[in-house]
Amino acid sequence: MAHLELKDVSKSYGPVEVLRDINLQIADGEFVVLVGPSGCGKSTLLRMIAGLEPISGGDFLIDGAHMNDVRPRDRDIAMVFQSYALYPHMDVGRNMGFSMEIRKEPTETRRSKVAEAAQTLGLSHLIDRLPKALSGGQRQRVAMGRAIIRNPRAFLFDEPLSNLDAALRVEMRLEIARLHQKLGSTMIYVTHDQVEALTLADRIVVLHGGDIQQVGSPLELYERPANRFVAQFIGSPTMNVVEVEGGETGVTTRNGTLISVPRTSDTRRATALGIRPEHLEVVDLNQGDLTAVADVVEHLGSDTNIYVKVDGIGPLMVRKHGNIPARSGDRIGLRIQVENAHLFAPDGTTLS
Amino acid sequence: MSIMRRRHPLFAVGKYAALLFYLAFALFPLYWLLKIALTPDALIFSEGTRLLPSAMTWSNFSAVLFATDFLAYFGNSLIVSLGTAFVTTLVAAGAGYAFSRFVFAGKKIIIAVMLITQMFPLLMIIAPIYKIVADLGLLNSLTSLIVVYTAFNIPFATFLMQSFFDGIPKDLEEAAMMDGCSRFQALRKVVFPLTLPGLGATLGFVFTAAWSELLFALMLISRNDAMTFPVGLLTFVSKFSVDWGQMMAAGVLALIPSCLFFIFIQRYLVQGLTSGAVKG
Ligand SMILES: Nc1ncnc2c1ncn2[C@@H]1O[C@H](COP(=O)(O)OP(=O)(O)OP(=O)(O)O)[C@@H](O)[C@H]1O
Ligand SMILES: [Mg+2]
Repeated sequence: MAHLELKDVSKSYGPVEVLRDINLQIADGEFVVLVGPSGCGKSTLLRMIAGLEPISGGDFLIDGAHMNDVRPRDRDIAMVFQSYALYPHMDVGRNMGFSMEIRKEPTETRRSKVAEAAQTLGLSHLIDRLPKALSGGQRQRVAMGRAIIRNPRAFLFDEPLSNLDAALRVEMRLEIARLHQKLGSTMIYVTHDQVEALTLADRIVVLHGGDIQQVGSPLELYERPANRFVAQFIGSPTMNVVEVEGGETGVTTRNGTLISVPRTSDTRRATALGIRPEHLEVVDLNQGDLTAVADVVEHLGSDTNIYVKVDGIGPLMVRKHGNIPARSGDRIGLRIQVENAHLFAPDGTTLS
Repeated sequence: MSIMRRRHPLFAVGKYAALLFYLAFALFPLYWLLKIALTPDALIFSEGTRLLPSAMTWSNFSAVLFATDFLAYFGNSLIVSLGTAFVTTLVAAGAGYAFSRFVFAGKKIIIAVMLITQMFPLLMIIAPIYKIVADLGLLNSLTSLIVVYTAFNIPFATFLMQSFFDGIPKDLEEAAMMDGCSRFQALRKVVFPLTLPGLGATLGFVFTAAWSELLFALMLISRNDAMTFPVGLLTFVSKFSVDWGQMMAAGVLALIPSCLFFIFIQRYLVQGLTSGAVKG
């Protein structure tokens, strides 16, 4: 149970600045997900919060207390590692109870707490096994057990599910969501996975190039991305972005189509228009804004993905709910739902 | 009939023949050592290179044990080798851990210097070492041997230990520190148990090296009661003859501690060598 606060936190490795001026408030009990492309410093930020990596500049506070120079063991934070980091020479029970062993809690308390956590995670029958005799999913559970048994002030997860197969990942994702509901603890979670981020997070933090690009609820990020990077990073499939020329009442695409976008702000500054695949409607030929040729059509059952080519604009992706009888080579009309379109200024920021 | 085809029987025969040949080749010197040790003195030269002597005797062994200073040499060797092995392994473990885990100024230089020390031919530095030891007044003492052997074995042992530490993921220590350990507790409770194979391998390596070292022992020790076993062996060579039987018997006895030591650490060694091999 804790309130975490990062003030102008930065991190450099020698001359290389990995993170700069990170400002972030994490409320008590909040589930915050850090996302961003590989190498943007997600793990580094998490490890600074954990105390495993020194903070180069700025302040980190937990419940108002300054934590920069506090050792990991005194921060009362638990971390689940991507590699699980189970102690290979200890059985499951001892792995989970290790923190209590270090704190010299009586064997009885230890045993009952381990049993309780094992029960919660469905590990009761594995208590005496060594980690090498466990499956990936079981190891993952032990790693989580080791964290929850401590009842820490905050949990940190660094891509905890990335070593699991798809089905197990879904299962564990639900498990983590349930865990958060049950414990109500502050959790910070690093992931590459869109779905994990969107489903688990109260708030998502998008990192890129050493800066926070945007912080917001999943829906905010999806509906009102602050800039082109966030727009293209959040949401799957990725948002289409088309180069345009800004005008008085709308924008003009490269092939000369005028798209009127009702906006209060200055549409003249727009140089790019973003539209999500699900916000492109398939209409009869010559009815919509654009004429496209279907390139590849993917029938997913619930949805249809159509990769189209538009003369003078290039490839776009269209997602349509349900099945439509389109085939590769078909000419179709596309209508842009302008109310869901985004306009970007030359520096990438969103024009609202 | 099973569909899987077994390998041609000749292949198996060939494999065992090759193994057998290698085994015979490797063990023959040991056999010869034992054979000469058991052959009565009178027969050593008269029977030439017969594979089996026509008579056997334990007299060489009893002579070595009770009529010579062999036991004293043996004891000295044991002290020197164990002392060297423990001190070296302790220092190497500490240094190897630091090399593996910490970034500090001068690390590259220290590693380079340690490598350079391994490049000098021993004969070149034996005189200066003699001088140093003499100035310290340590000639004819077992301490001098332990110090010199330790100094010479530390670089290699350190690199060996470093590779074992490198094989232990950093995550484990970090997890332990998150679990409430200090760095030292993490070392003791998590890293140390996992390095036992490495410690065993290093102990064994250094012990063997010290046990069979002759050059320094010969230079630094001249008094009979401080002689180690390899030097002591030379006392069987007198001006007029070589007492082959006793010398070989002493050699057989000298193998015992090495064998015991390796049987003792074998479990760790096998794990250790493989865990080092597939690290990553
Ligand atoms: N010890 C180090 N020395 C120098 N640079 C480092 C060090 N550790 C990390 N970096 C750099 O810091 C940057 C951020 O690394 P980090 O591991 O935090 O990325 P990440 O966002 O977690 O990436 P991924 O999604 O691939 O895990 C990377 O560009 C990396 O090269
Ligand atoms: Mg990472």
